[in-house]
Amino acid sequence: MPFKDYYATLGVSPTATHDEIRRAYRKLARKYHPDVSKEPNAEARFKEVAEAHEAVTDPERRATYDAIAKRHAQGEDFDTPPDWGSGFDSAGRAHNPNDGARQRRGPHPAGDAEDFSAFFASIFGRGGPAGMHRASADTESMQGRDHHAKVAIALLDAVLGASRMITLRMPTQDAAGNPALQERQLEVNIPKGVRNGQHLRLAGLGAAGFGGAPEGDLYLEIDILPHPVFRLDGGDISFDLPITPWEAALGASVTAPTPAGHVQLTVPAGSAQGRKLRLKGKGLPGKVPGDLYAVLQIAVPPCASDSERDAYGALANAFPNYHPRANLEAQ
Amino acid sequence: MSSVYVLTTHAVIVEEHCSFTLPSLCHASGARTEQVRALVGEGVLHPTGLGPTDWQFAGDALARTRRALRLARDLELGMAGVALVLDLLVEIDDLRIQLQAHARTPVRTH
Repeated sequence: MPFKDYYATLGVSPTATHDEIRRAYRKLARKYHPDVSKEPNAEARFKEVAEAHEAVTDPERRATYDAIAKRHAQGEDFDTPPDWGSGFDSAGRAHNPNDGARQRRGPHPAGDAEDFSAFFASIFGRGGPAGMHRASADTESMQGRDHHAKVAIALLDAVLGASRMITLRMPTQDAAGNPALQERQLEVNIPKGVRNGQHLRLAGLGAAGFGGAPEGDLYLEIDILPHPVFRLDGGDISFDLPITPWEAALGASVTAPTPAGHVQLTVPAGSAQGRKLRLKGKGLPGKVPGDLYAVLQIAVPPCASDSERDAYGALANAFPNYHPRANLEAQ
Repeated sequence: MSSVYVLTTHAVIVEEHCSFTLPSLCHASGARTEQVRALVGEGVLHPTGLGPTDWQFAGDALARTRRALRLARDLELGMAGVALVLDLLVEIDDLRIQLQAHARTPVRTH
């Protein structure tokens, strides 16, 4: 696996002080945090930054990392030595999720230890099964923890509903009680009308319970991918519908796409550029179904031949009193 | 890594078909009780009911709580700061939608 230069990721020197590292992380976190940022690849960048911060903000981890960094350059191939961890406390902590100080404080989809790179895990471990509680000695039973994941779906799947296979890596425990990752393939029936950022609950597919208590649930956050034609705004969907100038002026019946198939649309005579034609209830389904809007885009045909130029000339002659800039000239 | 095939037939949209009590919201979001209480106090969450034991949260409280927790932890903000950020993000989203609508009108520069 390639060696990662965590200092370069944070934009600091390897001799940076703890405060300098903290300042650099905070600045980058504000810039790339996926809940705030609209930068391209913000989520991936934030994961890199969070991982780098996690690695070098803790003195013990930093010492561990620095010892490796002396012998490697960014991108250089890196293999964990077979006896790795024998001299470092941090390498063994992965198996003790109840070890207080370094435990993360909550769910961290953008940068959970389990979500960090293989490079991070090879040095510091996976950080314990974040997706499960351990029953304490006086706990007879405890419901399994709920899991969260994000899934990207096509816009048409959200409108029409669909059955899709998804693959998730879930934290679990092996037979010896050590944290492990289990790959699960799920066939998810996506209910029609689900909106961007909403969550699906799959009951009982979270972590196993203890002492006969029920399993936790699995929550899937929906990320609707952009569509080349249809734009989503909450429950409403809009798309651009190109029409000719004569269709705009005289009115026309035109074929238009909708998520459910093509329909005939009536363009009213005298339609202006940008006019919206509403198809009520044809947006995302739901308790309050969204609407579908065709936004008229008047396309002006280029003229290449003499007859086409003559046609524009005839148009000009037919409207001697049409002055679209009259109000500008009066200024 | 082991692989398990699970057939799932029933998924419900949380925001439309679920509601939460204080303990169930904490369980689903990973939040501590005092964090949810603070979010209620800042007006980020709006439960119905007279007090914490009666609180009922609408389905969208899950996403709001998780987002608030991520911001609090990753940007090291207090709940008042989180509330301000969430309000500003809503405003920015509204402005972006307006901007996109304007951007679709072609502008030619000379």
